[in-house]
Amino acid sequence: MINKPNENIFTKYRNMLKEKGLFGMFWDITVNSQVWKSIFRHTFTDTPKNRVLKVISNVFMHLHPANVKRHAPQFKFTWCMGGITFFLFLVLTLTGVLLMFYYRPTVHDAYWDMKDLEFQVPFGAILRNLHRWGAHLMVITVWFHMFRVFATGSYKPPREFNWCVGVVLLVLTLLLSFTGYLLTWDQLGFWAVTVGTNMARATPLLGHEGPFGEQLGMTAYNDIRFALLGGSLVGGNALLRAYVWHCIGIPLIAIIFMAVHFWRIRKDGGISGPL
Amino acid sequence: MLEATKDRENPVNRRRLLYLLGWGFIGAFLTTVSGATIRFFFPRTIFEPPTRYTIGYPFQYTSGVSERFKKQFRIWIVSEGDRLYVIEAKCTHLGCTPNWLAAEGKFKCPCHGSGFTPDGLNIEGPAPRPLERFKVVLGEDGQIIVDAGVRYRGERGEWDKPGAFLKV
Repeated sequence: MINKPNENIFTKYRNMLKEKGLFGMFWDITVNSQVWKSIFRHTFTDTPKNRVLKVISNVFMHLHPANVKRHAPQFKFTWCMGGITFFLFLVLTLTGVLLMFYYRPTVHDAYWDMKDLEFQVPFGAILRNLHRWGAHLMVITVWFHMFRVFATGSYKPPREFNWCVGVVLLVLTLLLSFTGYLLTWDQLGFWAVTVGTNMARATPLLGHEGPFGEQLGMTAYNDIRFALLGGSLVGGNALLRAYVWHCIGIPLIAIIFMAVHFWRIRKDGGISGPL
Repeated sequence: MLEATKDRENPVNRRRLLYLLGWGFIGAFLTTVSGATIRFFFPRTIFEPPTRYTIGYPFQYTSGVSERFKKQFRIWIVSEGDRLYVIEAKCTHLGCTPNWLAAEGKFKCPCHGSGFTPDGLNIEGPAPRPLERFKVVLGEDGQIIVDAGVRYRGERGEWDKPGAFLKV
């Protein structure tokens, strides 16, 4: 596109149309517009500079390392377990948000809303089962990821800190699984959480049946279990608390730890292989 | 003299004071907010079934173990000589509900086979201690009031305490 001094705007576009065709003209106008240029700060020529710019000027690509060693993402080293876990987290977030549109976390509604999602809501069954099976699978892939990191010795310095971050993420995954279990409000989930929170009675110092709990004045109405359940038994408060922890609290904490986890991988020398 | 050396000789100058005050306020603020957030998780009012309830008049209970309120309140009412007491129907092993076997004259837990005498002493199976008892008092109308919020444990010798039984 050459600007001649006395060319008016119509001749300019007519010449462009002749020169590049209809698609080429609109493409040129688009990528030269201020809107496009304010979003994408690189051109499309295949130069080393542009290749780097494409990665570092994009927030999503920015999370990804600018270069990855050829052997690093090999399936035989990674099993892709961390990646699959993250993918499942995204699937669970997406399907979970959709499920929230039909689900009410109250003693009166929870079970029937779950039933409606399964049998009445359009595509509800596939959505609910994606969430359910995805959750089961995520717990499994987290363990496999941990196993392969152990097997390849990737927990050794300088990656030992990231192993610890991973352990926290494992616990958060299990807590997400546990809190989600109650939300169906059926016998299975109810008793699982009853048994699970009964264990909290035996917490040292903070549980009323745990070591030194009684001496510190802990009762069923002021100990750690009471704070978890919002009462002395698994009831409406416990259901609501499980819901809020499941949908907001734990995912927020997990996202922070995941950000550190992914960033740390890059800082400690890449996803796999010797340093 | 260097600024740093001066600071060391004169530990609380104006800058240091403002530094301490600033971070002190931030620290106090965060401590208060954290404490309030923790307190927030302990509700003041809970909407649960009452832990105090009446179970009728003493004359309604003849000698032996009554299963009248087992379904409703998970308790047995035991009349023994001149004493009446209330046993919680919860195994001290892992919290299952034992059965009263009238023919054998004992409580038997179906989960892991713990057995208890009619007064609640553990005699067989994995249960580590006797069944617990609830507080019983006589109401003004003559009915028995059970307070499940107060427990009496036999292994601590609490069964002879006032409130652990009714004199009938």
